[in-house]
Amino acid sequence: MPEVITAPKRGTSAPQGNIVEMSWDPITRIVGSLGIYTKIDFDSKKVVECYSTSSIFRGYSVFMKNKDPRDAHFITSRICGICGDNHATCSVYAQNMAYGVKPPKLGEIIVNLGEAAEYMFDHNIFQDNLVGVDFCEMMVKETNPGVWEKAQRSEAPHAKDHGYRTIADIMHALNPFEGEFYRETLQVSRYTREMFCLMEGRHVHPSTLYPGGVGTVPSIQVFTDYMVRLARYAEFMKRCLPLHDDLFDFFYEALPGYEQVGQRRILLGCWGSFQDPDVCDYNYKTMNEWGKAMYVTPGIVVDGELVTTNLVDINLGIRILLGSSYYEDWGETGEVFVKNDPLGNPIDRRHPWNQTTIPKPQKRDFGGNYTWVMSPRWLDKRSGDHLALDTGGGPIARLWVTALAGLVDIGYVKATGNSVKIRLPKTATKGAVEFEWKIPKWSNAIERDRARTYFQAYAAACAYYFYEQAIKEVYAGRTATFTPFKVPDEAIGCGFHEAVRGVLSHHLVIRNGKIANYHPYPPTPWNANPRDVYGTPGPYEDAVQNTPIFEENGPDNFKGIDIMRAVRSFDPCLPCGVHMFLGNGKTLKKMHTPTALAGLAH
Amino acid sequence: MKTPEIIADRPPDVKEIHIVWMTTGLGCDGDSVSITAASLPSIEDIVMGAIPGLPRVHVHNPVLAYEVGDDFMKYWFDAEAGKLEPFVLVLEGSVPNEKIKQEGYWAAMGTDPDTGQPITTNEWIDRLAPKATAVIACGTCATYGGIHAMEGNPTGAMGLADYLGWNWKSKAGLPIVNVPGCPVQPDNMMETVLYLLYQVAGLAPVIPLDDQLRPTWLFGKTVHEGCDRAGYYEQADFAREYGSPKCLVKIGCWGPVVNCNVTKRGWMDGIGGCPNVGGICIGCTMPGFPDKFMPFMDAPPGSALSTIVVGVWGGILRGLRGITNLNVNKEPKWRHPRAELTTGYEPEFYGPNNRN
Repeated sequence: MPEVITAPKRGTSAPQGNIVEMSWDPITRIVGSLGIYTKIDFDSKKVVECYSTSSIFRGYSVFMKNKDPRDAHFITSRICGICGDNHATCSVYAQNMAYGVKPPKLGEIIVNLGEAAEYMFDHNIFQDNLVGVDFCEMMVKETNPGVWEKAQRSEAPHAKDHGYRTIADIMHALNPFEGEFYRETLQVSRYTREMFCLMEGRHVHPSTLYPGGVGTVPSIQVFTDYMVRLARYAEFMKRCLPLHDDLFDFFYEALPGYEQVGQRRILLGCWGSFQDPDVCDYNYKTMNEWGKAMYVTPGIVVDGELVTTNLVDINLGIRILLGSSYYEDWGETGEVFVKNDPLGNPIDRRHPWNQTTIPKPQKRDFGGNYTWVMSPRWLDKRSGDHLALDTGGGPIARLWVTALAGLVDIGYVKATGNSVKIRLPKTATKGAVEFEWKIPKWSNAIERDRARTYFQAYAAACAYYFYEQAIKEVYAGRTATFTPFKVPDEAIGCGFHEAVRGVLSHHLVIRNGKIANYHPYPPTPWNANPRDVYGTPGPYEDAVQNTPIFEENGPDNFKGIDIMRAVRSFDPCLPCGVHMFLGNGKTLKKMHTPTALAGLAH
Repeated sequence: MKTPEIIADRPPDVKEIHIVWMTTGLGCDGDSVSITAASLPSIEDIVMGAIPGLPRVHVHNPVLAYEVGDDFMKYWFDAEAGKLEPFVLVLEGSVPNEKIKQEGYWAAMGTDPDTGQPITTNEWIDRLAPKATAVIACGTCATYGGIHAMEGNPTGAMGLADYLGWNWKSKAGLPIVNVPGCPVQPDNMMETVLYLLYQVAGLAPVIPLDDQLRPTWLFGKTVHEGCDRAGYYEQADFAREYGSPKCLVKIGCWGPVVNCNVTKRGWMDGIGGCPNVGGICIGCTMPGFPDKFMPFMDAPPGSALSTIVVGVWGGILRGLRGITNLNVNKEPKWRHPRAELTTGYEPEFYGPNNRN
């Protein structure tokens, strides 16, 4: 049974402790600029308070008004420089609904193949070139010499699969640039992006995606070029996955209690990925059916329980709250664009379809407004709570929901009700392998990271299935990839997808053939948001607060590695929304009542 | 004969150089992600010194850095204090206009120790640009403003040359080097960095730039001039729908008037691209991007006339080529299994005229 934490963590330490205010800005090795403000109690070795803040505002929802709706995917791709294609895809889904168009089967499969390559690439580069550095020899020596000592004496249980004899050998291979595995994964990140380019034209802002289908020419060669690289990746994953299992298991063993790092209540959201072209017609009224047919199941998990897998319920429950953000409230005066959805359900004023973005730049004030990120929540009708769902960086939520729902069964991937089985077929030097991701006990930093590696294998396994579907269409001569459409004068649409790091939705309202309202909600606003109007902290804040400190360094040369691991486990992607703040490194001030955060109500 | 100098062994004029890479313009970090895709040269080729003759390079980019927080910001403060000499400043993202509001910030990085407020991106540009040996604007946001400078934007965003001035020169006398693209094509950016490194090493002349400050060898030709679908245009054979392998100008491709080499270079190591693989050119490298190309999926207004003109002789050309194509698809008539030689050769010692 998963351990249940029923309330968000709040600061509990006595204000008179040995509390040091620290900020880290910027958090590097993520995409975008993020800072974190914390108070750390070095007596009890805990983070007692954390604030997440965003430093950039660009205004997509503002400047997209009155533009041609067909421009939406080209524009929204530019929201993010690492998963822009997820935005383009999600926008195309929303446009397909608004225009009432269904792409040909092969067009849909090509998008699935492209998005699978994106997961394979993006998780790979983040895991081993960005997050991996937090687990490398250089870092571990600097922060936990005792752990490095132990790593040298610890045999790697899967040495025969990945070739590294000890855990220290793995850590050595992860050193930036010098490390062998670090360099190999950089190279892997390239041929997986080539796979992406074969399907969607260019990375990261695709050229060949359109509402109604794709412009990709479905030649035999395009699929050959993809398949050969996919096989190479599957071979790589047969080494990569056991390597990460060894590394992550070692941390639990070397540092008892490490499961508390980055831990928070199990509140996971997944909006589903990979359409089934035989079921999906982009009609809102049948969204529940085609949502459940997706090859990654959409759903919400609260305290280990699967609350829903219905995309309509998911859609209706989304609320955008303010509370600590630099915006004027549209509240009761904002225009209502959508009163009811096509099924007749009422749409709330705080739903993205009815949101109006009114920027109001101001001084940063941790007692008031301190970020450009709004606070998305999901209204749980059972309790009336506005839940601060997180995505756990994407994979943990996708695997958790898919496992519990037990709907996916494509041979290469099978959801069992409490696990997901992933099969990679024979490759050059290794036979067929089956991996099984089992629902973990915690939603914490290590399990978020572990799920990422398993989802890389999941995406590759799905890609084998999509390739076989695609080539069958090509052999049969069904090579159409695009369905023509007309833009209606008045329409609404919504798209649901999984960006690499988690839930992604686009809500679109068309009036007089132009965009009247457009609101994308990527994963990072869900993860990196500030305290909302009810005082509920966002997931980063919540996960970092009360994280125990295992680092051996004291305040004078403190690196904040445990906090870094907690934050990076969410795969922060700040162009989609944040800036966090943590620790001042060398210029620590030790004080009983820290000045910059003084006067804050607890 | 005198043995020629081995250039690879020549010590560079500058032994070490830093690249201070700011990603905190209004952007998406897509250009930093893009350079990790580059292979000609790759980021590790540059950092690990794989290419001979260059100075030792230290890259300070927030997406890749080992250091975090103040350990990372140290390079910024050192650069400002003249303790990081010499350095190249790279800006990614457009420059917001911080003067149009009363307080707060649109884009920032790091915190001012005196006020506790964020240090704006614009302030960092003001502090670092005068100290930099060269300044590169990476990607269309930084070069010309791009998406975030679209009509109706709330931040007043612009490109770096709009902010510093188009005649701005670095302390070494170099203008801003613009490498546009949304995002920047991976190898275009890394090759420009490589060129500048050759230049500071004393191995290359001053980088050749056009009047939009773009490297001439990368942006001197149009998309259409390099496009493998240009042959369809010549024959007035136009795609009417997406998914067609033909020329896309009638359904939104701006290739004939856009400066970009993507159709020649592909997106990654020759793979992918835009019109060459079925994606309309939306002009993402251009100063007029995006507004002058929207709505993207409509035919460019200028293409109506030009395609009519081409249509007249293109149709005839296609017909004539069709006839020739049929002809060259047939083998010559002397290739056959009959018991006779019809190639024109008259053998003396075999066949009907055998003298033996």
